[in-house]
Amino acid sequence: MKFIQKFFEDTKPYVQKGAKYHWLHSVHDGMFTLFFVQKNTSKSGSHIHDFIDLKRTMGIVVLALIPALLMGMYNTGYQHFAAVGELASASFWQIFFYGFLRVLPFIMVSYIVGLGIEFVFAQLRGHEIQEGFLVSGILIPLIMPINTPLWMVAISTAFAVVFVKEVFGGTGMNIWNPALVARAFLFFAYPSQMSGDSVWVSLGGQKAIDGFSGATPMAEAAAGHPNIDIWNSFIGLIPGSIGETSTLAILIGAAILVITGIGSWKIIVSTFAGGAAMGLLLNTFAGNNLYMALPFWEHFIIGGFAFGAVFMATDPVSGTQTEKGKWIYGFLIGVLAIMIRVVNPAYPEGMMLAILLMNTFAPLIDHYIVEGSIKKRMKRVKVKA
Amino acid sequence: MSEGLFSKKNIGLLAGPIGSNNPITVQVLGICSALAVTAQLKPAFVMALSVTVVVAFGNVIISLLRNTIPNRIRIIVQLVVIAALVIIVDQFLKAFVYDVSKQLSVFVGLIITNCILMGRLEAFALGNKPWPSFLDGIGNGAGYGLILIIIAFFRELLGSGTLWGFRIIPESWYIANGGFYSNNGMMILPPMALITVGVIIWVQRSRNSKLQEK
Repeated sequence: MKFIQKFFEDTKPYVQKGAKYHWLHSVHDGMFTLFFVQKNTSKSGSHIHDFIDLKRTMGIVVLALIPALLMGMYNTGYQHFAAVGELASASFWQIFFYGFLRVLPFIMVSYIVGLGIEFVFAQLRGHEIQEGFLVSGILIPLIMPINTPLWMVAISTAFAVVFVKEVFGGTGMNIWNPALVARAFLFFAYPSQMSGDSVWVSLGGQKAIDGFSGATPMAEAAAGHPNIDIWNSFIGLIPGSIGETSTLAILIGAAILVITGIGSWKIIVSTFAGGAAMGLLLNTFAGNNLYMALPFWEHFIIGGFAFGAVFMATDPVSGTQTEKGKWIYGFLIGVLAIMIRVVNPAYPEGMMLAILLMNTFAPLIDHYIVEGSIKKRMKRVKVKA
Repeated sequence: MSEGLFSKKNIGLLAGPIGSNNPITVQVLGICSALAVTAQLKPAFVMALSVTVVVAFGNVIISLLRNTIPNRIRIIVQLVVIAALVIIVDQFLKAFVYDVSKQLSVFVGLIITNCILMGRLEAFALGNKPWPSFLDGIGNGAGYGLILIIIAFFRELLGSGTLWGFRIIPESWYIANGGFYSNNGMMILPPMALITVGVIIWVQRSRNSKLQEK
């Protein structure tokens, strides 16, 4: 570590105010805090600092996403070899490596475009570089279908970073989750690349075997004949967006988030509770509609429900801040997600829209929770006086 | 008053609304029609022209009548003038460019409710002479039209791959024809028009420090 520290100390004079490379100072700061903790302390007022700064927080979220990412890579390969009928002859590493090579460009594009824009804005505004994009940059590839063209990934990433983060003032100021907006942008701008049967499985130029459909369990259920293989859906060997198929990997991530206290367990639990409540309600009125009759636990393991509940809804910036608000916010996400899925045929997956909608309402929920609390206390004050 | 037809003040009336006092980007008026008619360049251009004609002649007529209009019923008088002009424009479009008129459908009629018109008539024509009022109308119409055309340019280019109906992005680039490109369906939807307006405002304010709010 000594030589890294020495490097940063040696280069510091070049980026100080008035020096030749001052415009690079935020890059220097950003890289320095990646390795070390800043020595600066606040000069006025009382502040409490601990070592869990934004960079460490983001680091833990990225760590929690790793199982879903690895599983997504494996599943990409698995779906490919299953589709071309060579699954029996392919080894584990062959399968994984195929997926690795297909997913890697997504991650690179999302990071290069997103971080590039963040760096430019930080330099233009004279800010420090914020680390918010570390997580968004890995979330974006995980919620894309594998056959999305890379330039679309680049455009949607740029759109999300500029119009959701930077115009509102950068990291910590956005009203929606940037990664979800990137997906929503693709979904509305290029619908043919984001839905249907041909975008979920990478064929890699090879011909698919007879009887191959490529439809996700979601799409089949929406078409009125749900056919869910519970075990495969749970461990994630079904077609779907890259990182969202494996409920198991997502649960490992959820455990990491909850144990470290980074993600709110209240939001996760209430989202699932909301989903279950709506599922049960729809079951009651199902009649002979098979999709409405789908039990709620099957809803949880298909599509992006679990991924959204664990990694998207818990975003501390765009979610609610008050503890009571978290229950309401999560519950409504669950309810809306299942409702959009089952009742609205135009949108097979409701999780994205449900979370974005509740992101919009989160400040309102917080406002009324805080107002209510103030009112209650004011009453107490008056009684005593 | 011996003021020249194109004195400095009059030129300011003409140029102001095109730039630093733009009705859409600075006064934020007439946003609704900017979202509705800008999916393609041609209707946007026709709309811009129609609004310019209506606001210019509306201004002149109100300015001529300004000393005879009783203050209490001035809004109704203004509406009658605008409505008459809009009907003339609508009939003219129907007679000479029927297809565009059909595309614009209800939005020509809705020029009556365009806030820019009432705004200019109330704020300018009621207190100024006909010639400056005319220039003010032309300026505001042009400022409105300029923004409309900029928005429509991007929306049509990115959303349909055409400009003024002519194909700009080659057919062979499209995914359906074995290429890599695909039109951005979101550009056709109204939200993207709003975002485009936002970007124009952003660019304008970052270049003109007078417009920045402290």
